[in-house]
Amino acid sequence: MSDDIRTLTTRLAEEPSSLAFLELAESLRQRGKLDAAYKVARGGLGRYPGLADAHDLMARILSDRGDLAGAFDAWSDALRLDPLRTGALKGIAFLYFRAGDVAAAIAHLERASEADPDDPSIHQALARVRRESTAAAPPPDTAPAPAPISPPAAPAPDSPFTAGVEDERGVLLVDANGMRLAGELSADDGSEAGDRVAAQLAGVSREAARATRLLGLGTWQSIAVESPGAHLILTAPTSETVLLVTRDASFPMARVGLIADRAARTARSWLEQVG
Amino acid sequence: MSKVTAGLDRVTRVPGVRGALIANSADGLVVAEQLMDGVDGRAVAALAGSLIARLARTAHSAGLRPPVFVHLRGDEGSILAAPGADGLVLLAVVGREANVGLARLEMLAAAGRLA
Repeated sequence: MSDDIRTLTTRLAEEPSSLAFLELAESLRQRGKLDAAYKVARGGLGRYPGLADAHDLMARILSDRGDLAGAFDAWSDALRLDPLRTGALKGIAFLYFRAGDVAAAIAHLERASEADPDDPSIHQALARVRRESTAAAPPPDTAPAPAPISPPAAPAPDSPFTAGVEDERGVLLVDANGMRLAGELSADDGSEAGDRVAAQLAGVSREAARATRLLGLGTWQSIAVESPGAHLILTAPTSETVLLVTRDASFPMARVGLIADRAARTARSWLEQVG
Repeated sequence: MSKVTAGLDRVTRVPGVRGALIANSADGLVVAEQLMDGVDGRAVAALAGSLIARLARTAHSAGLRPPVFVHLRGDEGSILAAPGADGLVLLAVVGREANVGLARLEMLAAAGRLA
């Protein structure tokens, strides 16, 4: 038994009501211990039937076990609880593709793309499925071609910092002195506004921290700013940095918040690597 | 009941709202307030007013128009702000459990009547 699985098992034994089952079952699944992963996930689902993560996890395990119908049901349950869950949308798209229903696969991938436009893996899967859909169908007695998309292996957060320059637009990571660390921001006229905005953001973080502290509101977590034409979210991935995510005002603010959460996680990992 | 008072009243009726006030964003002076005990209106006006002014400058730097709504979220609660006309800003202090969506709608409606 590896150390991390032993640690997670101990943690779950000490706190059976914790969410440690998610990590433990996923670790077991990744090591191919599918029966053990299934048992852990089933126990967690029993405690948290309303948790989309648990259904998503169960779906991945069932998919790996070859129980595609069960996986479909589990991903459907995840989507009922969280309609924007891209892992479940991608999973169902994979199952539809396996079943030969390319149109349904594309429809689910398009929904996933709308929910998370910054996830490059969705765009890649869509492109591959569309390519396949335009290719000639093989004769019925030939062996099926390899699946062009893979089931979601894990809920991997996408990275605006590794997705290429185009996907970095609208995401800005700034240090405590108002200097840009990563990302780009364009003004409406197309000019680069990143450095100008970065210079303002260091002060925003200080003011937000001061306001929440003095008003008894704890540590500041985020600032959502609605402006005509744009929605902005500010977060602090670390105590020394500020992250700004901007999207068109047609994006619901809550969805911009999800994108910002993901970008902040990515920023933290990135900072650990480059720091 | 004046429009201002009626607006504050609707905002403070939203579950989880600890208080609301209208302040002049330029000097931080409180124009009207309905606050629960323990909420310092002058501190809210000064701290939030300063932050909103900076956010407006940030938006300007990005080529955007001034904010129409701001939600500063702390881990124990939030400050909501809806700038209105004539340099006035409607502010609310809300708990972690507040219905922020409803408070936002009430504040945008009330801020639209500020003058």
